Amino acid sequence: MTLLKTTDGSPAQQLPWLQIVVVMVAACALPFFLSNYHVFQASMVLSTAIALVGLNILTGYSGQISLGHGAFLAIGAYTTAILMDKFDVPYWATIPVAGLVCLIAGFLFGLPALKLEGHYLALATFALAVALPQLLKFRHLESWTGGVQGIVILKPDPPITSLLGLTLNSDRWLYFVALFVTVAMYWFAWNLLRGRIGRALIAIRDQPTAAALMGIDTSLYKSLAFGVSALFTGVAGSLSAILVAFVAPDSFTVFLSITLMVGMVVGGLTSLAGALYGAAFVQFVPNLADQISKAAPWAIFGTLLIVLMIVLPGGISGGLNLLWSKLGRRSVSV
Amino acid sequence: METFIHQVVAGIATGGVYASLALALVMIYQSTHHINFAQGEIAMFATYLAWTLINAGLPYWVAFFGTVILAFSLGVLIQRVIIRPVENAPVLNVVVVFIGLLVILNSMAGWIFTYTIKAFPSPFPKEPPFGLSFISSHELGSIGVTLVLLVMLYSFFRFTPLGLAMRAAAQNPVSSRLVGIRVGWMLALGWGLAAVLGSIAGMMIAPVVFLEPNMMSGVLLYAFAAALVGGIDSPGGAVLGGFLVGILENLLGAYVIGTELKLSVALVLIVTVLTIRPAGLFGKVIVTRV
Amino acid sequence: MASLLEVDGLYAGYGATEVVHDLSLRIEEGTITTLLGANGAGKTTTLRALCGMIRTRGSIRFAGEAIDQLATEDIVRRGVAHVPDGRGTFGSLTTEENLRLGGYTRRDRRAAAADQERMYDYFPRLRERRQQQAGTMSGGEQQMLAIARALMLRPRLLLMDEPSFGLAPLIVREIFSIMKTINENDRVTILLVEQNAAMALKLASHAYLLETGRLVLAGAASDLSNDEAVRRSYLGY
Repeated sequence: MTLLKTTDGSPAQQLPWLQIVVVMVAACALPFFLSNYHVFQASMVLSTAIALVGLNILTGYSGQISLGHGAFLAIGAYTTAILMDKFDVPYWATIPVAGLVCLIAGFLFGLPALKLEGHYLALATFALAVALPQLLKFRHLESWTGGVQGIVILKPDPPITSLLGLTLNSDRWLYFVALFVTVAMYWFAWNLLRGRIGRALIAIRDQPTAAALMGIDTSLYKSLAFGVSALFTGVAGSLSAILVAFVAPDSFTVFLSITLMVGMVVGGLTSLAGALYGAAFVQFVPNLADQISKAAPWAIFGTLLIVLMIVLPGGISGGLNLLWSKLGRRSVSV
Repeated sequence: METFIHQVVAGIATGGVYASLALALVMIYQSTHHINFAQGEIAMFATYLAWTLINAGLPYWVAFFGTVILAFSLGVLIQRVIIRPVENAPVLNVVVVFIGLLVILNSMAGWIFTYTIKAFPSPFPKEPPFGLSFISSHELGSIGVTLVLLVMLYSFFRFTPLGLAMRAAAQNPVSSRLVGIRVGWMLALGWGLAAVLGSIAGMMIAPVVFLEPNMMSGVLLYAFAAALVGGIDSPGGAVLGGFLVGILENLLGAYVIGTELKLSVALVLIVTVLTIRPAGLFGKVIVTRV
Repeated sequence: MASLLEVDGLYAGYGATEVVHDLSLRIEEGTITTLLGANGAGKTTTLRALCGMIRTRGSIRFAGEAIDQLATEDIVRRGVAHVPDGRGTFGSLTTEENLRLGGYTRRDRRAAAADQERMYDYFPRLRERRQQQAGTMSGGEQQMLAIARALMLRPRLLLMDEPSFGLAPLIVREIFSIMKTINENDRVTILLVEQNAAMALKLASHAYLLETGRLVLAGAASDLSNDEAVRRSYLGY
């Protein structure tokens, strides 16, 4: 899919339809050619991509830094787990609920946080990320959160076991669920960003004083951006809980938030397609690097963060942009 | 009553550790306007270096000063190689670099020293000092070391030409260049000193929390809270904030919420200070001209 | 014999914009030269370029040595002092600390301390305010402190950017008379950027006139101030 920037970094008004159709066909065919485990990994990539889109909205478009978005993954995941485990809510119904809970939580966290700029917001969200696992293990909440052991949920069965002669097992079915949710969220994001809200966010990011003088309620929009990005991340968390069939406090350490940041930086800010690259990167690199040593994935992530910031701040999509423009093609961005 | 005194005293001891780390954070913030998210990991890594020296057979205090020198070099190296290229980059880029540094140090420690929890020795005797019941020798020694360190630093900055030059470089780099001060090296020196502060803080707290790669994350959170409470650009405030936060943590832990939610307390403190009075108790309130 | 400062084909600016174009000038040791021009003519930019504070193209030689690629602190250590616009005093440090910083690079500590006393002789008002925070002093006192701090370097060349800005006429006269003194007694060469053209031309022996970043006139100060056409069109009096 071509992706690059229009001159002001806003999303293109026209979608590259041909490329999207090709990608969608490939995506639908994918699970029938891969092993179950790889299908699961692909689903996880999709879920992570949704979270990265959320982070993109916050950081790339709204210019706010969050080191604690793992917290919203946790809230989304735990919402789903608690609803499924304690209230027998069907898995697909928990996804929008998780999104809504995180929208509210994000908006509320965004309200005091909106006063904070740059590194102060980073600090507050960092504190959130570090404090969260301990909070999830808290004795008095154990009856809800399952304490240190967490909550195990049942992996849903597919409603139909075969489609057009192709077998549809749990993993494949969940992949299509993830694909559907991803497409829906991407569509939502694209509409959000190319409309008034997106333009307002870009204005706030680039020239906050001028934006305020033009009558844009910067506080409201910034809180809204935080809430919306939390919504996306919450949906991603909910999806991942369904895929993994398990939630526990130690899955949601500060390193999870850092993983999201790595994905965003590698994929490229303000790039919806970049979210996919970043998600694939953080899903597969640890698997490969783990074979070298337990510490290797993080050493690689850390080095990459530093090197990219110095050498290629635009990430993969930024790099592709440069390549495209060097080859003489005009830019268009998603 | 005795428990109360013990809690306060223990709070002062950990408070000293928070004060040292908070001071390191403030030093770097004052000179660069950046928050060093990797401060805890630098301290942790330095403590591992100390552990290595001690395990190699060196007597404690030799290892202590050896670590101080190594930490100083590490701080200078990090500033020159990693931080300098992004000095004037946008805030997001800088934050990402700091996180990258955090992650590298954490994984390097895990790789070189493994993730098994290790014991770290205290140079102070196990018996309580002078038969007192409300303070342990390590707590007393820790407070002593912290105080000596803070006094030495204060004297350095207040009375020596180099300390004056560093203060000037932090406040006004342009004017400092105009009197011939090599601002870049002043920044590197600042990082070196911050790393030294961190290493001493790490060595004082490691006997209590045990040595493992993630040992400093909670401590760092409290140091952030302390620096914010005192005022992120006020060294004196950071020190005072450290002791206050240490005492507060212990009293809350003993009498109000138990020890399980300590990190959430730090989080609440941080968000509260940032929302109500970002300048802290002693920092400067900045009014931006539009 | 080479001039103390030789500038040839200097282009200087901020970011992508060039503000000074193809500037060439010569400053002889022991003289007072003034750089005149309207707001935005590029006078401050020129001084900043000489100190390595901004990007430049072209050649700058000080005492025979090329300094255009050097960092500010290295240029300063070779004997160029700059009193910037806005004074650049260390606001939260005391007068005494500001002066000590001026002497930071001096190797001879005792000579530096003696010079500090000499500064208090030149500027008695500063002696009264030794321990006062520099930022709390009046504009005139801060200007004197900025000059004193620059002199602590024992510079060969002193660059001054609009020392009269925002100051009462009496103080301005004091400062100009001190400039004359240090030029005569301490053999300090001065390059003075000024809006107050009349006073500057009375003090200086040479003058350069900038307009939108280009040199339009150069010559003896007396020639410029005697030329009525020049005075009226460029200097406004």
